[in-house]
Amino acid sequence: MNEEVRLMKGNEAIAHAAIRYGVDGYFGYPITPQSEVLETLEAEMPWETTGMVVLQAESEVASINMVYGGAATGKAVMTSSSSPGVSLMQEGISYIAAAELPALIVNVMRGGPGLGTIHPSQSDYFQATKGGGHGDYHLIVLAPATVQEMADFVGLGFDLAFKYRTPAMILADGIVGQMMEKVVLPPVRQRRTPEQITEQCPWAATGKSGRGHRNVVTSLELDSAIMEKNNERFQRTYAEIERNEVRFQSYYTDDCDYLIVAFGSVARICLKSIEEARKQGIKIGLIRPITLWPFPYEAIAEVAKQVKGILVVELNAGQMIEDVRLAVSHEMPVYHFGRMGGIVPNPLEVLNAFKSHFNN
Amino acid sequence: MTEEIIIAGFGGQGVLSMGKILAYAALMDDLEVTWMPSYGPEQRGGTANVTVILSDSTISSPVLDTYDIAVILNQQSLDKFESHVKPGGMLIYDPSGIHHKPTRDDITVISVDAMTATIEMGNAKGYNMILLGALIKARPMVSIDAVLRGLKKALPERHHHLIPANEAALRRGMNLVVNE
Repeated sequence: MNEEVRLMKGNEAIAHAAIRYGVDGYFGYPITPQSEVLETLEAEMPWETTGMVVLQAESEVASINMVYGGAATGKAVMTSSSSPGVSLMQEGISYIAAAELPALIVNVMRGGPGLGTIHPSQSDYFQATKGGGHGDYHLIVLAPATVQEMADFVGLGFDLAFKYRTPAMILADGIVGQMMEKVVLPPVRQRRTPEQITEQCPWAATGKSGRGHRNVVTSLELDSAIMEKNNERFQRTYAEIERNEVRFQSYYTDDCDYLIVAFGSVARICLKSIEEARKQGIKIGLIRPITLWPFPYEAIAEVAKQVKGILVVELNAGQMIEDVRLAVSHEMPVYHFGRMGGIVPNPLEVLNAFKSHFNN
Repeated sequence: MTEEIIIAGFGGQGVLSMGKILAYAALMDDLEVTWMPSYGPEQRGGTANVTVILSDSTISSPVLDTYDIAVILNQQSLDKFESHVKPGGMLIYDPSGIHHKPTRDDITVISVDAMTATIEMGNAKGYNMILLGALIKARPMVSIDAVLRGLKKALPERHHHLIPANEAALRRGMNLVVNE
């Protein structure tokens, strides 16, 4: 049954993958274009099968703080929202990062700023990758481009979050949240028992649990000398993540004269533009960062050695382009093409933008 | 084989559902498929369209600028999408409510009077299935058998008693198209 190919929306795939991964709790508040996550969980009623808690909280602020509490006990807990809701969660996310807790946050981005539109966007790149809340912290940020990746990144996000004791985010856009595609759901895993949690998470607030002492989880440390040590520990973790966890996918980079960098669904739009360009004799390659943090600086720098210029395509005014420019140290022209406010460019628009910048 | 299709009309006409059943039929035939909706916040009224791509290889962009086939259910959608049908492509439209007919002569234009057929059948909810029947007859990308199996998969079991009515609508739509 696990190998069954199914057709579903990206948001639905996240819900099914969460149940199958053995997630202990989901806390969320509805907002378009990601409401199908909560809707699907409510319809599947996993509390009757795996025992997973599904709770519609009174707000996004409540949701993220429920995640904070659940994570502190070593449980695998998650939330999902869309841009305005994720803004509300930033304080809690910073606390979770500072308390060194694993959790999964899903942002299916819509057009902003403000309440904006319900249509797709990628304008929360800065918020997700540069620390939307206060303090020196990072999230591991995964950017899915297919419904299959929406399903797969739930497990990957939790695995990384628990490995490094830091929150992970799936940063999706409204396209991959709302579109239907074929998906093979991940295998079913059992939820961990309290004994397994105590064993695997010696830091968790689970009572004395035979340890002889109670763990206290907090982000507060009023002794600045200790707080600096804490920060140094966080930074060591981030450096380790940067060494180990960079993920990206390359297309047509072997022989390319130009490079497009794009993430999420937009990378797929660009891929079609590139296929058309190649029919016209223009050799463009594509790098799709899968982890937006840690960012694939080296992979881009490597391909950049052979190209005349780079176009960064995003559903925003120019955010990831700053990381691409850092990768190539301003040694070549790096241009941006973006649509904003929920407008999605088609492959022809991307190709025309490319031609206008590179006179092809 | 790749078919890039746009289905466009008013919200409430069954545009998204029609695309969904087509997508499920593609699933039944082991094709790759993407179903990408575009609509406003309202449930009825307003424009709604869905891009469905069927292919025997991996699909890149779910968003397109031109289409092999456009299925058009109102004037606004005709005005918007007629020029985006690829040369040699196909435009299927319901003439009811269309004041300015399609003018392209480099594509196959098929008028399917699904509204009249719907009224004759006395099943308002069969409208989109009549058009889907017409589509798969005009361009046999999936079999009627795959569509019926797709319907069974897409509909929750409590609605399976509606499958015969949907099948009748599909077959009525197929009969409305006479291939040359």
